[in-house]
Amino acid sequence: MSGFLARRLGQSLVLLVLVSMVGFAILHLAPGGPMSQFASGSDMTQEDLDRIAEQLGLNRPLPVQYAEWFWRMLQGDWGRSYRDGEAVLNVIGSHLGATLQLMLTATLLAIIIGVVIGTLGAIRRHSIFDTLATVGAMIALSIPTFWFGLVAIYVFSVWLDWLPSGNRFTPGDGSPLDLLRHLILPAMVLALVETAIWSRFMRSSMLDVVNQDYIRTARAKGVPEARILLRHAFRNAALPMITVLGLQLPTLLGGALVTETVFTWPGMGRLFLDSISYRDYPVVMGILMFSATLVLLGSLLADLLHAVADPRIRLG
Amino acid sequence: MSLALSAPAFRRFRRHRLAAFGAATIVLLTLGCFLGPFLLPFDDTTIDVMNRFAPPLSGAHVLGTDELGRDMLARLMMGGRVSLIVGFTAMAIGMALGILVGAVAGFHGGWLGAALMRFVDAVLCFPTIFLLLALAALVSPGLLSIIILIAATSWMDVARIVEGQVKSLRERDFAVAAQVLGASDARIIVHELVPNAVAPIVVAATLNVARAILLESYVSFLGYGIQPPVPSWGNMLNNAQIYLTSAPWLAILPGLAITLAVTSFNFLGDGLRDALDPRMRAR
Amino acid sequence: MSGAPILDVRNLSVRFRTEGGDVPAVSDLSFTLDRGETLAVVGESGSGKSVTSLALMRLLPKDSAVTVTGQALLEGRDLLAIPEPEMRKLRGGAISMVFQEPMTSLNPTTPVGAQVAEAVQLHRDLDRRAAREEAARLLDLVGIPAARQRMDDYPHHLSGGMRQRVMIAMALSCDPGVLIADEPTTALDVTIQAQILDLLKRLQERTGMAVVFITHNLGVVAEIADRVLVMYGGRAVEQAPLRPLFSRPLMPYTAGLLRSVPRMELAGRRAGPLPAIPGNVPDPRHMPPGCVFHPRCAHHQPGRCDAAAPVLEAADEAREVRCLRWRELAA
Repeated sequence: MSGFLARRLGQSLVLLVLVSMVGFAILHLAPGGPMSQFASGSDMTQEDLDRIAEQLGLNRPLPVQYAEWFWRMLQGDWGRSYRDGEAVLNVIGSHLGATLQLMLTATLLAIIIGVVIGTLGAIRRHSIFDTLATVGAMIALSIPTFWFGLVAIYVFSVWLDWLPSGNRFTPGDGSPLDLLRHLILPAMVLALVETAIWSRFMRSSMLDVVNQDYIRTARAKGVPEARILLRHAFRNAALPMITVLGLQLPTLLGGALVTETVFTWPGMGRLFLDSISYRDYPVVMGILMFSATLVLLGSLLADLLHAVADPRIRLG
Repeated sequence: MSLALSAPAFRRFRRHRLAAFGAATIVLLTLGCFLGPFLLPFDDTTIDVMNRFAPPLSGAHVLGTDELGRDMLARLMMGGRVSLIVGFTAMAIGMALGILVGAVAGFHGGWLGAALMRFVDAVLCFPTIFLLLALAALVSPGLLSIIILIAATSWMDVARIVEGQVKSLRERDFAVAAQVLGASDARIIVHELVPNAVAPIVVAATLNVARAILLESYVSFLGYGIQPPVPSWGNMLNNAQIYLTSAPWLAILPGLAITLAVTSFNFLGDGLRDALDPRMRAR
Repeated sequence: MSGAPILDVRNLSVRFRTEGGDVPAVSDLSFTLDRGETLAVVGESGSGKSVTSLALMRLLPKDSAVTVTGQALLEGRDLLAIPEPEMRKLRGGAISMVFQEPMTSLNPTTPVGAQVAEAVQLHRDLDRRAAREEAARLLDLVGIPAARQRMDDYPHHLSGGMRQRVMIAMALSCDPGVLIADEPTTALDVTIQAQILDLLKRLQERTGMAVVFITHNLGVVAEIADRVLVMYGGRAVEQAPLRPLFSRPLMPYTAGLLRSVPRMELAGRRAGPLPAIPGNVPDPRHMPPGCVFHPRCAHHQPGRCDAAAPVLEAADEAREVRCLRWRELAA
């Protein structure tokens, strides 16, 4: 375990530094750099601006600025929101729960439905079902998430009037049932693309496995076909799917941003868009760095989980 | 018996048919969007307050009118122009960048190659839409800036493909032979290696047009892309949510257009992968 | 021992329908296997020997691109005709199989003990614990040291030879009447090969099972076989008891195979390289006319060997040969 773990951790650390460099570059790419927020829309004089630059250390060489910025990030000092002066990490923390709830629900839905569709498609390869599932997945991947959200609102809220069209709960209610009713539509919308991806990965993983020698061995032992598929093939095909969890995080986060916007879901994605429109750069940068770090840690965690679950991966 | 004979043939035929459908739709959409406005009696920017929210198929406006009484079909066509232009040009720039980075990294290997590819990994950690919006918020929005930004967030996958291809091709005999004969690095890259990586690049290019159209629609929908009154399929959906109850076609039509275009490019890309590269052949 | 053979294969043909046309992988193959006997099936790759074994186990793909005809009577029951549930009970029970690739033939995510126990439980009326006990006994029987401790090992913990022992333990778990061993030692080191062959012989003496041993290695054949069936281009071309076949092959192809084997006693005297049979196995989509071997045969007569297809005829009471000229060549 230690060798694999050390190598993978080392890779992630290098990547973290690189990610922070990309983030820092974006921060300084803005016309006027990090100072732009003071220059625009305020009645500060040039002296005021110079003084602020001096205080923030913005007149020092870039590598020094980067090192300080990165060091402060590592210590948890991600700056303060321009809007209310709240620490950026606290602002993110107060919106994270809603986003995680949405992402976890959608992922769970996507895994269950996608794995079933992918497995059935692989077992009945080139059947009508498989063809429809493959074409359907390709169309699902082509539908803009926000538009699917609008259509879902039109059908289920406007037309059928079954489910609320947005927000996390009805003010003054907030019972579990109310929460669930609000969760269904956004989770379904976010799950669409994920389901398509999971079904395709699962199908191809299952197809890889059913052609393996050990499946033939199981047949030669006289194992019933259903048991071959469910025990021998499915288990081996599902294991690599753990890494898909990590691979999917960027797509999932992006989908969450769009879904939260359409359904006025008070999560990190909406916070991000609000902060952009307020030019609240510390929060924008904070969320950007936070999401990239989340992706990095997510794929690290998925790889470790896979290593633990799969006896073939040498842990020595 | 004849059913058995046609099992793999049917599959190829189906894929072939989907790809053909994709190609035909792309041609029709392109022709429609670029020639259609000349044939239409309406202009996409003419406001007609007497004729707001005319539903589709209800009068002179085939697909109805929007909240300002503008003809939806004309706007869809002009929006399609923007979406297709963004899709193709962003793809082209992104591909060029990706091929350049991938070829240099794959050909040189060593610390430069490793550094470039780790940089690709780092950029891929940022969810595309977050990155795109953060960048879009920093620059003044417009057609050119949105194209460049989408390209700037879409080159990494291509760089990975090309790097892998070049790396494996570099080991093969003909590249070694060329090197022995004294060809310069740049010559080898341009004349020997890149042509061999063409199949996966063409596939990636097709899929990247789909991706760019989709990204444009996201950014424009969220208000940071193409700015009104210039229509794009994405920003047409901008206000649609407000009128969802009274005028659902405002939301449905542009979304259908995006889905149709993106699906077509995806079908075509999938078919090309099947046809061009047997190693990547989907089962 | 009763006189009737335990396995009687009659007119077995296997055809694959591909995009490039029909491929006759096995053509009109007939052979018998007596109780306790070891029949070696010999041929180059592409001769149809592995397809034959998969056809007998009914493990060929079940789509209609594969056509299997003929009969394979295992103690009177036609393996090719019985319903699938019945066949499934026989598979791993009355007839079982060991494959060539020990590295990939075991399920990588299941401990080896559980894989053997699964085979035991499928065919015998034992509960989980008893099946596990039996699995431990079988692993011990096939010579896995400290078998009880290795039960919970995963396949990747074991060497190739050890994995093949696990495969054999699994195949033997239900005392099969017939064991099909498809190149079971090909992927192994020479020393391990010898150990596995010894193990198979020892187990066969103990259980009295009949073995169909598929190989391209004539050294292995000499080691283990009672009788030999030589296949070429999907057909049986010669069939004979071991000693007569080795001392006096009737079919030129068999003779060629034997000449290409390095022999200790000749090694000092031989100057040139081993004489390989020139040419390649025929493309099954374009079988040559007449005798399928004639393009590579040193004795072929134009106008005769490429005109009429020879039949498999009895050379004496124990031997069969498929050659138009075997009488002249034997004289």
